[in-house]
Amino acid sequence: MNDRDSMKPGDLLLPVKSFCRLSGQIIAPLSFEIHAFSVKFAYSLTRSAYMEQNINFEDIFESKLAKNDFIEPKDWMPDNYRKHLIRQISQHAHSEIVGMLPEGNWITRAPSLRSKIVLLAKVQDEGGHGLYLYTAAETLGVSRDELLDALHTGKAKYSSIFNYPTLTWADVGAIGWLVDGAAIMNQVMLQRSSYGPYSRAMVRICKEESFHQRQGYEIMTHLAFGTPEQKQMAQDALNRWWYPTMMMFGPPDKDSPNSENAIKWRIKRETNDQLRQRFVNQTVPQAEYLGLTVPDEKLTWNEAKQGYDFSEPDWVEFKNVINGNGPCNKQRLKARNDAHKNGAWVREAAAAYAKKKGESTAVAA
Amino acid sequence: MSNALFQYTLRLGDSSLILAQRLSEWTGHGPFLEEDLALTNIALDTLGTAKSFLEYAAQVEGKGRTDDDLAFFRNEREFFNPLITEQPNGDYAKTMVRQVIMDVYHLYLYKELAKSKDTTLSGIAQKAIKEVTYHVRHSASWLERFGNGTDESHQRAQDALNELWQYTQELFETPGSEKELLAQGVAVNLQDIQAKWETHVDELIRKANLKKPENVFMQRGSLDGIHTEHLGYLLAEMQHLPRMHPTAKW
Amino acid sequence: MSDSQGPVWEVFVQRKSGQPFVHCGSLHAFDKEMALQNARDLYTRRGEGMALWVVPSSAIVASSPEDMGPFFEPANDKVYRHPTFYQIPDAIKHM
Repeated sequence: MNDRDSMKPGDLLLPVKSFCRLSGQIIAPLSFEIHAFSVKFAYSLTRSAYMEQNINFEDIFESKLAKNDFIEPKDWMPDNYRKHLIRQISQHAHSEIVGMLPEGNWITRAPSLRSKIVLLAKVQDEGGHGLYLYTAAETLGVSRDELLDALHTGKAKYSSIFNYPTLTWADVGAIGWLVDGAAIMNQVMLQRSSYGPYSRAMVRICKEESFHQRQGYEIMTHLAFGTPEQKQMAQDALNRWWYPTMMMFGPPDKDSPNSENAIKWRIKRETNDQLRQRFVNQTVPQAEYLGLTVPDEKLTWNEAKQGYDFSEPDWVEFKNVINGNGPCNKQRLKARNDAHKNGAWVREAAAAYAKKKGESTAVAA
Repeated sequence: MSNALFQYTLRLGDSSLILAQRLSEWTGHGPFLEEDLALTNIALDTLGTAKSFLEYAAQVEGKGRTDDDLAFFRNEREFFNPLITEQPNGDYAKTMVRQVIMDVYHLYLYKELAKSKDTTLSGIAQKAIKEVTYHVRHSASWLERFGNGTDESHQRAQDALNELWQYTQELFETPGSEKELLAQGVAVNLQDIQAKWETHVDELIRKANLKKPENVFMQRGSLDGIHTEHLGYLLAEMQHLPRMHPTAKW
Repeated sequence: MSDSQGPVWEVFVQRKSGQPFVHCGSLHAFDKEMALQNARDLYTRRGEGMALWVVPSSAIVASSPEDMGPFFEPANDKVYRHPTFYQIPDAIKHM
C-alpha cells in the first residue's frame, strides 16, 4: 500500500516542515510521520542516521547551489523550494497539455498533407513534453492524479496564451513563430535549472522543440509571400498574438514576487523583463523580413540600450485571462475535463485487466 | 493500364488518408496522455503512407495534379476509401475495433503488395509493413484489454464490433478494373487476404472473449464512390481551406 | 490502489548495439505490454534507440544522499585499482 493514496495535496510539505532546526543544525524531526510520497522517492533517512551524521541539510543544499550542482529527488530541500518547483513544473506541464488544443484545433483542417503531418507531429511533441514534465513533478512527491485534478478543477494555472482562440490557419503559424519562440527562451534557460529531473526534462524538450519555431515561421513565410488574402491573414494573426505572447514572460519584474527566490535557486535564470526585451529584439527583424508590421506604434530602436523600446501589454487583461476570464478558458478546461472523463472507463478497463492477469500486484509491490 | 493503376493506387491512398484523418481527431483528446501520443503516432504513420500512395497516384495519372490536389480537390463521389475508414470515431472501443479490422487488413494487404511487380507500390508497402505490424500489436492489445477488462468495456467493444462488422465484406471486393493489374502481378488478390484476415481477426476476437457478429447484412458502395453520409462532413472540414484559396500555396 | 493513470515505470534505452541501457525518463502504464509500447511511442520517436527496458519504478532501490560519503568516498583512494598505479619498464610493450 502506497502512503500517497491517503494524502491530499496540502499534506505534501509536512515531512519537510517537521524538521526542527536549532542553531543551524537539525537535531530531531518534531514528528516523524514521514509520508512516503511514492515508494521510489520516500525519505529513507532514519532518525539515527540524521543524528549520527549531524548533517546540516540546509548547508548542503546551499553549497550544492553554490557549486552549480544539481538537486536530486531524494536530497533534502527547503519546503519553499519544493513547493515552488511543484508549482512551476506542473504549470509548465499543464501549459503543454492545454497548448495541444488551440493548434490541435487545426489538425483536421491543415491545408496540405505536409502541413498536416508536421502539425500532428508538433502537437504530439507538446503532449510528450507535458508528459516529461509531469513525471519530473512526480519526483517531488505529487501524483499524476493530483496534478490533473488541480488542472481540471481550475485550481492550477497554465500559460495564459492558450486561452486565446486560433481563428485562422495563420494562427498556427503565429503560435509556432511567436509563442514557441517565447517559450524556447524560457526553456533554454531552464536546461540549467538546479533541480535534476526538471533540467533533464528541459534538455530533452529543447532538443525536440528546435523544429517548432521554424515550422511556425515557415507557415508565416508561405502566407506573407503568398496571395494578398494570405498576407492579410498573416498580419491579422500577428496583430492578435503579439501582446498575448509578450504576456507569456509574466508580469513586470517590479510586480513579480516569485522571481528573487527562483533566481537564487536557479529555477529561473533571467527576469521576466530581461526575457521580454530579448524576445522583442529578436522578433522585430523577423517580422520585418516577412513584411509584416508589429502592432505597436511606440516600437523604436533605442541605440543607447541596444534594444527596442516597446509598449507593455495590457496587464489588466493578463490578470483576467489568468483568472479564468479569457476568451477560451472555459472551453479549454472543458476539453481537458471531457477527455479525462471519457477516458475513465478505458483506464478502468486497463487497470482491471492488468489485475486479472496478476500484473498489478507485481507492479504495486 | 495506367488508368487502372491510377484507380488502384488512389484507393490505397484514400483508404489511409481518410483513416488518418479520423485518427487525428483524437490528438489532444485521448483517454490518457500516453495513449494520446501512441495513437497520434499511428495517425502519423497512416498519413505518411497515404501521402506516398497519393504522390504515386498523381504521378501515374500524369495530368500535373499533385498529392494535395488529389486530397483536397476531389468531391465525395470521387473518393474510393472503404466505408469503414470514414466511420466516426465514437468511443475508444469503436476506434480500436476499427483499428483492429483495418490494421490486420493492411498487414496482409501490404505483405502481398510488397511482392508487387510495380516497384513503387512494393516499396511503399515494404515500409508500411513494419509500421502496421506495430499497429496490430497496439490495437490487438486494446481489444484484449477491453474484452477482458470491465463489464462496461466488454459491452462497448462488443457493440463496436456489432456496428462495424457490416463494413468488413467490401474490404475484399475487387473491381473489374483490377483484373488486368491482378494478371500482371501488380495488384493484390484480395480473396487470398480475406482468409488470412478472418483467421487472424477471429483469433483476436476469441482472445478478447468477444463474439463474432453473424448473419450481418453487408454494406458496400465505396468501389463506386458511394459512401456513408459521414464522408461529406469529413471532407468539408478537411478541404475547406485550400478550396477557399484555390491559387494559394501553403 | 494505484493511480488512475496506472503505475509509474522507468524507461531505459539502448541507442546502439553493444552500448549500455541508459535511463531516459518515466511514464505511466497499466501493464507490461503497454509500458513497452508507450516507451516506444514516447522515448524513441526520433530514432533514439534500438532496444528498450521498462521497469516498475517501485522495483528500483536507490542510494540515499547521506550514503554518498560511506558509499562512494572509500573508492577514491584505491589508486591500486587503476593501471597507472603500476610501474612497468619502458622496454615492455603491449601491457
